[in-house]
Amino acid sequence: MSTRELPPSWTHVGRHGVFPTAGLDDAARFDFLANLNGFLSGQVLPKVRDAYERKVKPAFEQAEGRAPADRHEVRRAMATEPTWQTWSALRRASMEMRQQAGRSLVFRQLDEINARAAALNADAPTLRLDPAVKVPRYASAVDIHCMPGGYHTEVVPDDTSAGANYDSGIFATTGGMLGRYNDGGGQAVAQWLRREHPDFQPRRILDIGCTIGHNTVPLAQAFPDAEVVAIDVAAPMLRYGHARAKSLGVDNIVFRQADGERLDDPDAHYDLVMTSMFWHETSSTAMPRMLREIFRLLAPGGLTIHLEQPQYQGMDPYEQFIRDWDAYNNNEPFWSVMHDYDLAAMMAAAGFDRARYFETKVRGVVDRSIFPEASGEKEDYGRAALWTAFGAWKP
Amino acid sequence: MSAKAPLDPVALANAKARGKRPYFFRDPDVERVLSIAMAIAMEHAVTRQRLDALERLVEAKGLLSRAELDAFVPGPEAEAERTRWMKEYIARVLRIVQQETEAVERAASGSDQAMEQVMDELRHS
Repeated sequence: MSTRELPPSWTHVGRHGVFPTAGLDDAARFDFLANLNGFLSGQVLPKVRDAYERKVKPAFEQAEGRAPADRHEVRRAMATEPTWQTWSALRRASMEMRQQAGRSLVFRQLDEINARAAALNADAPTLRLDPAVKVPRYASAVDIHCMPGGYHTEVVPDDTSAGANYDSGIFATTGGMLGRYNDGGGQAVAQWLRREHPDFQPRRILDIGCTIGHNTVPLAQAFPDAEVVAIDVAAPMLRYGHARAKSLGVDNIVFRQADGERLDDPDAHYDLVMTSMFWHETSSTAMPRMLREIFRLLAPGGLTIHLEQPQYQGMDPYEQFIRDWDAYNNNEPFWSVMHDYDLAAMMAAAGFDRARYFETKVRGVVDRSIFPEASGEKEDYGRAALWTAFGAWKP
Repeated sequence: MSAKAPLDPVALANAKARGKRPYFFRDPDVERVLSIAMAIAMEHAVTRQRLDALERLVEAKGLLSRAELDAFVPGPEAEAERTRWMKEYIARVLRIVQQETEAVERAASGSDQAMEQVMDELRHS
């Protein structure tokens, strides 16, 4: 096995002023999980496909006289397939272990992490929390990706635990593919702008659903003169994200607790409005409302761009079924619904000119400090540094 | 920190995520056991990584080389102790296998009675 197939050790994760202090055992747990995930996607998942092609699909065709018409038929047919059951049970266990590992790391030193965050956040005008902001149903109905307490739960006053846990595990879940600071999404957008639109100089940037701001920071660094606003409904994420950005020396981001459906900024306030892996965690009413709000907030000549997993249109039913795994089994209930949408039509309904809609593929910037060799094309469905970017320019 | 009961970091770390958990195998008992086994597998890896770090540090400090460690041959007494430990360890891990085979044997002789049966028996004798 060449080294490029091995995920980098978690010990390479980017540390900053509020990152939990981890020992050898914590790193070993995350390394175990990264390698378990690699084994499941690299060794077991191809066998799940084989079982479908060789056993499950022929049996379905025998019984029905046709191939499965959609992913739902594939899902029902695969439910009793042992290879799929084993892969799924292990993947679910891996997600649960990842949460346990991150939370055990964080909760044993919670006072210390919260104190460090409080010191970095003290009296900062760039952290604006608003306890009146309600956590929407889509963020509280279930704990998204099996993260106990979701993004928003505060275990103690002025808590950052949800942010610290989130930050500590992404590197393991993604096998380091998003870079040391897990900021591959933001880096990809910044790089795409530099390459495709070198003259675009946004004065104000808005990031909706920023969580800990890991994808906001690269934009703030790419446009140091821009005023950047990062919003989220979850205070623990914002406290942690603000402290994180501060300690990384980034001062041009305002972290604001707000609901993307209604912001109190004036019309045409922003030149760039972005989201990263956000829409699949919203809802069928929230998404069009937020798109309309983005249209209102965007200045003429402004750009909105969104990183997501690819839409299902035109994808074979088996691949849709596999990509849907997180919707059913990793508490991502809107994932399945959202990936069926006609995004161009949705953006048009929000006011955007259909002719200015675009969809493209963007790849994460490879972090050479952890991947000395160019990384492979391997994808672990939702966990690799490869996204669909969609958006539109406002005339 | 809250003025109420102190936080229990262990219980908090283990908390269940809101939302019904999917079970994939026909028998959820199998999945429970798998989940426990995977946690043990992870903790075993943690121990192995720690031991590896220790060996490398011991070697780096010149106390012992890893080649010496790998070339270690126990004397007769040590060998016997190590073998006893290994035997006991395997028996511990596979306890249920032994107990289930004992159960099969006792079923044949009728010596393993169900509790209800013994209860009835004691109630009337």
